[in-house]
Amino acid sequence: MLEGLLIGLQTALSVQNLLMVIGGCLIGTFIGMLPGLGPMSIIAIMIPVAISMGDPSAALILLAGVYYGAIFGGSTSSILLNAPGVAGTVASSFDGYPMARQGKAGKALTIAAIASFAGGTIGALLLMIFAPALSSVALLFHSPEYFALMVVGLSAIAAFAGTGQVAKALLMTTLGLIMATVGEGALFNLPRFTMGLMDLQSGFGFITLAMAMFALPEALFLVLKPKTAQDADSGAITDLRISRAEAKSIAPVIGRQSIQGFFIGVLPGAGATIASFLGYAVERSLAPKQEQDQFGKGSIKGLAAPESANNAACTGSFVPLLTLGIPGSGTTAILLGALVALNVTPGPRLMIDQPEVFWAVIMSMFIGNLVLLILNLPLIPYIAKVLSVPRSYLIPFILFFTLMGAYIGQNNATELLLLVGFGVCATALRFADYPLAPLLIGFILGGMLEDNFSRSMQLYDGAAFIWERPLTLGLLCFAALLVLLPSYRARRARLRAQGVAEGD
Amino acid sequence: MALDRWIALILLSICLAYGYTAWFTMDSSLAPFMKRNPIWPSTFPKVLSILGVIACCTILFGLEKSEEKPAEINYRRLGDYHLSQALMLLGLMVAYALCLRPVGFIVSTSAFLILGAAILGERGWRYLLPIALIATLVVWYLVQQVLGIYMRPLPGFWGG
Repeated sequence: MLEGLLIGLQTALSVQNLLMVIGGCLIGTFIGMLPGLGPMSIIAIMIPVAISMGDPSAALILLAGVYYGAIFGGSTSSILLNAPGVAGTVASSFDGYPMARQGKAGKALTIAAIASFAGGTIGALLLMIFAPALSSVALLFHSPEYFALMVVGLSAIAAFAGTGQVAKALLMTTLGLIMATVGEGALFNLPRFTMGLMDLQSGFGFITLAMAMFALPEALFLVLKPKTAQDADSGAITDLRISRAEAKSIAPVIGRQSIQGFFIGVLPGAGATIASFLGYAVERSLAPKQEQDQFGKGSIKGLAAPESANNAACTGSFVPLLTLGIPGSGTTAILLGALVALNVTPGPRLMIDQPEVFWAVIMSMFIGNLVLLILNLPLIPYIAKVLSVPRSYLIPFILFFTLMGAYIGQNNATELLLLVGFGVCATALRFADYPLAPLLIGFILGGMLEDNFSRSMQLYDGAAFIWERPLTLGLLCFAALLVLLPSYRARRARLRAQGVAEGD
Repeated sequence: MALDRWIALILLSICLAYGYTAWFTMDSSLAPFMKRNPIWPSTFPKVLSILGVIACCTILFGLEKSEEKPAEINYRRLGDYHLSQALMLLGLMVAYALCLRPVGFIVSTSAFLILGAAILGERGWRYLLPIALIATLVVWYLVQQVLGIYMRPLPGFWGG
């Protein structure tokens, strides 16, 4: 391994490759900030550039830099504007945006930068140590387990997203899953629930829905209820630094979530999105009671958890790609395409045949994360200035970027009408205190959930996979427990409170 | 009845219509050989419709008790807020969606930004006009030239 490390270091530290990392991170960060352009589209755009370079190590280093930069840039728009452009950073807006509204935008971005750095670095360390062994574990997870894992993720979100309102969160999750079934499914190639409309043939766009659920209602709320004089200065960037006590409280969160995020990222198909949501849910349930109430209102732990988890998961998703040649996510699938075009065949023999490629990528991950941290920390006060733009300029621009995000993805003007329609519905749902995040998560995971469910049904010729595979059964029982436990606890607490009242 | 229960009622009707399609009408168009499959295109939607109906009924009949939280905006007194501005902005977005293709990107986007700011009370035209125009041109240049996504800049009859 030491020899490999040295080869990697030698390749990654050449002037050309260092420039690639820096350039990739910068491009990724700035384009990633635009809602609507996620890592997948940015990498797809960069592929012609990467392939024309001809050197596989340099190309992969450039693309990996773009990947990390895009994830970090996506968190910036989640935190500042509540407009997550990437599914993996939706969870960052739960606590990041409330922090920004309380005037702690600078601190939120600093925490995001540090958590991302730690997540990425720890992920790269784990990748180095575990890559060969993990590839065999990932193969143990089959469709039934993936299905069960996603059910656990969705139940955790439903159980934790709605504070004391499990039914509402569950309904929103189901609605998200229902919306995901519109259009052609991957396994059947039959249009479903399209009502004969051609525009619905390919289903609803993810970006459209994300914008309609988060950015649009937020902008409408800002219009409806302008900030009072008291919180008018929330654009001011006051405390950038993290206090010692805060650092102490988020350090274990970052450590745990970097490790958990990495291992979730290793599982093909799971990726940064599940890692960030699960990380958020786990940290919420681990936190003491008084801190639990802070989640969703600007908790630093609630921001650090998804940020470290999604970056670690991005690193983790390189494991199946580099060791098995199986891309675990859309983004790594595009990377695989680029690798094949460069005449590199990822798989078990990559480490033996082309060690310089394998190790150079790992080394560039360390360098890329360091570059991101060095680049972003000094830029944070300027990035956070976005919030001090006058409201009459800021709101039309937010609306314009939401519209553009939806338009660029699909190049279809109907998408814009859908965006406005869903945005109005989402605002009504917010008036009635329905949580909107579960809907979007259900929608994101819906396609994968149904594919894995269908594949398991086909493999076992029915629903037998549930009881024939112990791991699946265990995960599903855990999911049921997650949904039922909060209502049971609330009921018990109520009964106890009544008892006390009677005793008095 | 509170707004959340009205919404639950609307969602219940959506779930019922969805369930009706999944249980009764969808399978008729299925090819005979596909009927031997353990999984049909309607299987997953069937499960979802049941889940949705259960969740809707739980909210509708108030089976789960939850404490009242002070809402950010009280929907019963919507008139107290800047409702007309919000509605005008929504109308502007719809107009933008309809105009983007026929009128072209540059004209419709700069008009959207200027009118949006004007609706919100901005009257400093000296800054607003150049900012809106420059921002539009920069975004158009980035999207069209750098990213290579085609956007018609000007109305068709101007050769855009």
